Amino acid sequence: MSETAEATAVVKEPKEPLFSSKNKRLLSDPLNDDNPITIQVLGICSALAITVQVKQAVVMSLSVLVVMIGANLIVSVLRNLIPSRVRIIVQLVIVAALVILVDQVLKAYLYDVSKQLSVFVGLIITNCIIMGRLEAFALANKPWPSFLDAVGNAAGYGWILIAVAVVRELFGSGKLYGFQVIPDAFYDFGYFNNGLMILPPMALITVGVIIWIQRSKNTKLIEEN
Amino acid sequence: MEYVNIFIKSIFIDNMIFAYFLGMCSYLAVSKTVKTGVGLGAAVIFVLGITVPINYLLENYVLKEGALVWLDADFADVDLSFLSFIMFIAVIASMVQLVEMAVEKYAPALYGALGIFLPLIAVNCSILGGSLFMQERQYANIAEATVFGLGSGVGWFLAIVAIAAIREKIRYSKVPAPLRGLGITFIITGLMGMAFMSFMGIEL
Repeated sequence: MSETAEATAVVKEPKEPLFSSKNKRLLSDPLNDDNPITIQVLGICSALAITVQVKQAVVMSLSVLVVMIGANLIVSVLRNLIPSRVRIIVQLVIVAALVILVDQVLKAYLYDVSKQLSVFVGLIITNCIIMGRLEAFALANKPWPSFLDAVGNAAGYGWILIAVAVVRELFGSGKLYGFQVIPDAFYDFGYFNNGLMILPPMALITVGVIIWIQRSKNTKLIEEN
Repeated sequence: MEYVNIFIKSIFIDNMIFAYFLGMCSYLAVSKTVKTGVGLGAAVIFVLGITVPINYLLENYVLKEGALVWLDADFADVDLSFLSFIMFIAVIASMVQLVEMAVEKYAPALYGALGIFLPLIAVNCSILGGSLFMQERQYANIAEATVFGLGSGVGWFLAIVAIAAIREKIRYSKVPAPLRGLGITFIITGLMGMAFMSFMGIEL
């Protein structure tokens, strides 16, 4: 478990340019064609739990970005040293250590948001998007592509999260990022906030509708059945 | 009678999928056919049934404030509960690794079908969630904790088998093309979740 220290000892030979077309695809694919939530089905639990407000979704996306970059880099550097039999434990320890770091930073600089998020920051450990990318990509690739993969996937995760949160906060409580958007006059006319939007089932249905829109724009993603 | 109550409650009222939405990732991705769904569901029952009692022992004899008294009376005010996350996850990860080895050896076909989602049981939120709920609800003895773990597993199993059966049938329906597969599964799960909300508030 302490072998994380010798992370810098690995020789890296950049044979291809840093932003070759292959590497650019690593960044751009997760935004649409290979999105972690809508295509790879990773990281759903947190997408449902913390999308009641936009602010929480933004902080969560940033935390996941930091943890993913760190975890992908460390695992990618260590990929030849980790015996495959114990890789899950090693990966979880790395991720748990990074999550504790993020948690401490949030507590120091964003105390009020950290208080709202407290449980869910801990649950980043069990967010399968991180483990999924470690298993599927970082274990078999060099650090630089792994870094790009982490940035791309965290961004793809973030935009879905924020999109769901915008819909739920707008219709559920008439606000965006904590500011009231729907004018009082509407309420005087008998407009009501839709309380159902705040409950978890509506998060599922919102994600379902996002998938519907995305796939009708991008028809090659349509599944057989 | 107490055990039956805990069992029923953890299956229906506190269903991991429909009441807490834990373990959604593998639930959505492995529910294409009933067969793989049953395999993963059984693995989850097994892992939950083992990890919850182990973590119960850890919680009550190591982590909780004053839990170390059985070693020495001096430890009466030692509180290690800040370590519970990392201890629970270590137990879960090692149990999952065991299950993975066993499945690979005795059921290679199932191993191939489950693919990446077998190692992902370790990060299946419902497993860690089970241990954390156990910690929060303060069960009286290890038998109650075991029954709770098994019940949660059975609830998860029923949920994944139900959605897998619906997905097998829906193949013969005319779903709008962009909604096929994942999209319609999300919406069905949302509707099932609304139905399960009617169990809320029932006291056993």
